[in-house]
Amino acid sequence: MARFSAANEQLARSIVSRYPLPKSATIPLCHLAQEQDGHLTDDAMGHIAELVGCTAAEVLGTASFYEMFKRHETGTYCVNVCTNISCLLLGGEELLEHAEQKLGVRPGGTTADGMFTLEDVECIAACTEAPALQVNYRYFHQITTDEFDQLVDDLRAGKLADEIPPHGTLGKVRQEIPADKVANITPPEQQTEPVWIARHRLAAEAAAPAEGGES
Amino acid sequence: MSERPRKIEITDPVEITVDGQTVTAQSGELLIEACERAGAYVPRFCYHPRMEPVGMCRMCLVEVDTGRGPALQPSCMLPVTPGMAVDTTGEKVAKAQDGVLEFLLANHPLDCPVCDKGGECPLQDQTVAYGPGESRFVEEKRHYTKPIPISETVYLDRERCILCDRCTRFAKEVAGDPLIHFAERGAQTEVATFPGEPFSSYFSGNTVQICPVGALTAKPYRFKARPWDLEESESTCTGCSVGCRVTVQSSRNEVLRFQGVDSDPVNWSWLCDKGRFGFEAGNSEDRLGEPLLRDGGELRPARWSDALTAAASALKGADADRVAVLGGARLTNEGQLAWARLAKSVVGTDHVDAQLGDGLPAEVVLDLPGATIDEVCAPGGTVLYLGPDPKEELPVLHLRLRHAAVNDRVKIVSVSPVATGLSEFAAADVHPRPGETAVLVAALFGGDVPSDGVAGVPAEQVLAARELLSGAQDLKVVVGRQNLAESAAVMVDAVAAVRAAVPTATFLPALRRANVRGALEAGLAPGRLPGRATLEAPGSWKDAWGSLPKSVGRDAEGILTAAAAGRIDVLVLLGADPLSDFPDRDLAAKALDAAGTVISVDPFVNASAARAADVVLAAAAFGEVAGTTTSLEGRVTTLAQQVTPPGTARADWLLAVELADRLGTDTKVATAEDLWAQMVEGSAAHAGASTEALADEANVDGVLLALDGSGFTAPAATQVPPQNSYSLRLVVNRSLYDHGTLLSHCPSSAPLSREATLVLGPADAESIAVTTGSPVKVTAQRATITAVATVVDSVPRGTAVLHHNLADADADGVDPGRIVIAGEPVTEIRVEAG
Ligand code: SF4
Ligand code: SF4
Ligand code: FES
Ligand code: FES
Repeated sequence: MARFSAANEQLARSIVSRYPLPKSATIPLCHLAQEQDGHLTDDAMGHIAELVGCTAAEVLGTASFYEMFKRHETGTYCVNVCTNISCLLLGGEELLEHAEQKLGVRPGGTTADGMFTLEDVECIAACTEAPALQVNYRYFHQITTDEFDQLVDDLRAGKLADEIPPHGTLGKVRQEIPADKVANITPPEQQTEPVWIARHRLAAEAAAPAEGGES
Repeated sequence: MSERPRKIEITDPVEITVDGQTVTAQSGELLIEACERAGAYVPRFCYHPRMEPVGMCRMCLVEVDTGRGPALQPSCMLPVTPGMAVDTTGEKVAKAQDGVLEFLLANHPLDCPVCDKGGECPLQDQTVAYGPGESRFVEEKRHYTKPIPISETVYLDRERCILCDRCTRFAKEVAGDPLIHFAERGAQTEVATFPGEPFSSYFSGNTVQICPVGALTAKPYRFKARPWDLEESESTCTGCSVGCRVTVQSSRNEVLRFQGVDSDPVNWSWLCDKGRFGFEAGNSEDRLGEPLLRDGGELRPARWSDALTAAASALKGADADRVAVLGGARLTNEGQLAWARLAKSVVGTDHVDAQLGDGLPAEVVLDLPGATIDEVCAPGGTVLYLGPDPKEELPVLHLRLRHAAVNDRVKIVSVSPVATGLSEFAAADVHPRPGETAVLVAALFGGDVPSDGVAGVPAEQVLAARELLSGAQDLKVVVGRQNLAESAAVMVDAVAAVRAAVPTATFLPALRRANVRGALEAGLAPGRLPGRATLEAPGSWKDAWGSLPKSVGRDAEGILTAAAAGRIDVLVLLGADPLSDFPDRDLAAKALDAAGTVISVDPFVNASAARAADVVLAAAAFGEVAGTTTSLEGRVTTLAQQVTPPGTARADWLLAVELADRLGTDTKVATAEDLWAQMVEGSAAHAGASTEALADEANVDGVLLALDGSGFTAPAATQVPPQNSYSLRLVVNRSLYDHGTLLSHCPSSAPLSREATLVLGPADAESIAVTTGSPVKVTAQRATITAVATVVDSVPRGTAVLHHNLADADADGVDPGRIVIAGEPVTEIRVEAG
């Protein structure tokens, strides 16, 4: 699976319609694709480009700026171990080394069963709880090596499935807007020019060479 | 770099101080430009005068005081304001420049000795001028695989890239092909293409020219020369009729590179890839270095004296009415004049046509009030576009139109049988049925619009386009041949429809062949004489030339028809290849076979010559002959001789003069300039374009001919039969990379030609149950051909497209030349799954 499924494509189109300019939906659609496939595939980026009306290279340019869009096969659980200053002082490096042994992969690697991707990350803003790690961006504080093993075993056994959805999942509950709650956004083709764009255009026209007036 | 000092007109002056000197700048102008004009060149990498500034590189920092104390500011991002005091050389500025360079070099490899840019590299030059002598950076630099191809022709070395955003900005802003983009972030940022989607832009070569380092290189030039070994001269590209100015660079008598020159009225420094890499054809091994004579069925090398004697005696012995000349658009203006005289006066035939059934009558080009490219693109204007797909045929005109529409509020109403490169940004884009353009054009200016639309265009689209045109002051019309499967009369009728509705409209003829306008100006068309004179009103040419043809001759179609009927004894192919170029290949083949003596004047043995020529006169090609050329808008510019022709190949004009001499006429021509002097003397329109005027500094962009044509009269309208509902109407159009003689001799461009397929819209494809890749059978009146289908949204229902000259002339090529019948107003075909 790589392009959007029929259901997701429909959702994608509705997301696009929420924005005055289709291209603004690029990032939300990257999220949607990552949710669908666990990572952002090339085919999905191609499909996003079609949906928002730009080239795949432009989608790649945007997506690759963001760390959290993974463009390679990523495990169900992405384990980010912090080794920045606080965590480093309180055993982050050792924790990472332990994680490497426990999972049998180097940072950046994914376990053979496709369950875990290990990453060595910079500060994740949990310095007071060092050493800290995240699993699919859910925090685990002051983690010892034993606790790490337990965490991995629990994840493998599916015990945390309720709390930690697979990598890429945005939220457990999808926001669906009932028709009567819709904030009256007109679809783009019926919209008049957004004010800020109109303002920009008027300014550009006012500055057109023919007039050339000083303000 | 080929940058010309920019001339600007100061309409709204602002006084600023640059390095203590008072300078008058134009309000709103960028400081970097104002400083440069004041003689204080500010170093830069990312700034490019033809693109939006982005402030990426910080090399242009200067110290600016606007009353709040001096501060370093990037001069490429700062519009001038009154009273601004600027220091471009002070200690702070020098330190900033030194620092910026040290940072830029932190990750830049020490590649200069093996880098193609070395010797003309802004990074190298500015480091020497403003940078630190040494780096304090001892850490490992970033590493990438050395150059990776990002397209068939362009290579990217990411280690050398300084992330100036010039190439990526060009791709998006100028070319409209954002297939390269910055990817990743911070120190890892790189220019990237998407996997499987190369940077296959028709304009990719420009990125190589504007890259301020050696990160982007072009295959045809890689490791060919060092800049200091190159000799160069300014000339005009003859890849098409846009007339882009170029510098032709050569080393050891071989042309190695073209660089675009910023000619303000024309190409703004851009070139298309076909033009930029077109020089390769001149260096081809297949170039003729000596004349050939057919001997026992084979073309064999001959001596010039024998070849010229053979040609002259064929011409001498023939009845003038049985001699015809086809072609001439490849030649210089001088070559055209010499051949026009040889044909029309010395031999005395008027069966002369520079166009091969793929152009427009001379009246449309010369006798309508003209519009220049600048006029068509003037901000805020309205343009009715009736030309071919400019992206495929006149690429740099496409860039100018794109800029006009996207940046300068020009409303383009594009009328064409299928979507074109303009569709994306045209204010209205309508697709009439092939053959019915004139009907639609008339409806765009008034009259009832039936509810089911006009010529296949829905009523609301007609009305919307009419609305856009109704407010137009000063309507500009671009007209050319959109469809080689319909007769040229369709476009002439469309012009007449515009004239009837808007008598003040002005016209830009968009014909593709390089110097086709020059050829018509020189009289290489039936009934015409140089300088827009005609056989009826020959002006001074009667005296200058002595005798003239008695009556108006045949055009290309007429010539080929007569030849096929055995009524042409001598057929001269002046750089023409009817077999590949004439839309009806069948007729061309019959004509070549039945013509008496066929004389080909060409740098190559083209397909027609190989089939039928008895004499091939080896002609010099681009870059080998000095002279002038005339662009589609009627701009005369100079062509430089940069190298010598291969072997003993000769300039076309010289061949004509020589033949005239052998036929007993002394044309009093010793140099190409003598010919041009005759032209300027005999033509009022050319009066300002003398050799001296062209050499004048004030005319670096060439001289515009008078564009006051007025002789156009609308002919009787062509009758187009109603469309049979079982059939599709055929559109034959061109793609940039086809199998033309020159392109097939360019190793870099030849592989880029696309596959010949039958292109259908989704509705028609569905009705016969074919999809992209399915085999189809195309039946027309004359022949049935098989092809593979391509289904695209851009082709409307009832229409199908074949591309001209993409297939070889063999029996099973997907070749529209096998089904198009010359002279028919439209071509109907039936398509079945096959
Ligand atoms: S490749 Fe060249 S033009 Fe493109 S960003 Fe890098 S340095 Fe600039
Ligand atoms: S647009 Fe035409 S004249 Fe300009 S570079 Fe291309 S081929 Fe040459
Ligand atoms: S240093 Fe690890 S969370 Fe801040
Ligand atoms: S030239 Fe001004 S920031 Fe690059």
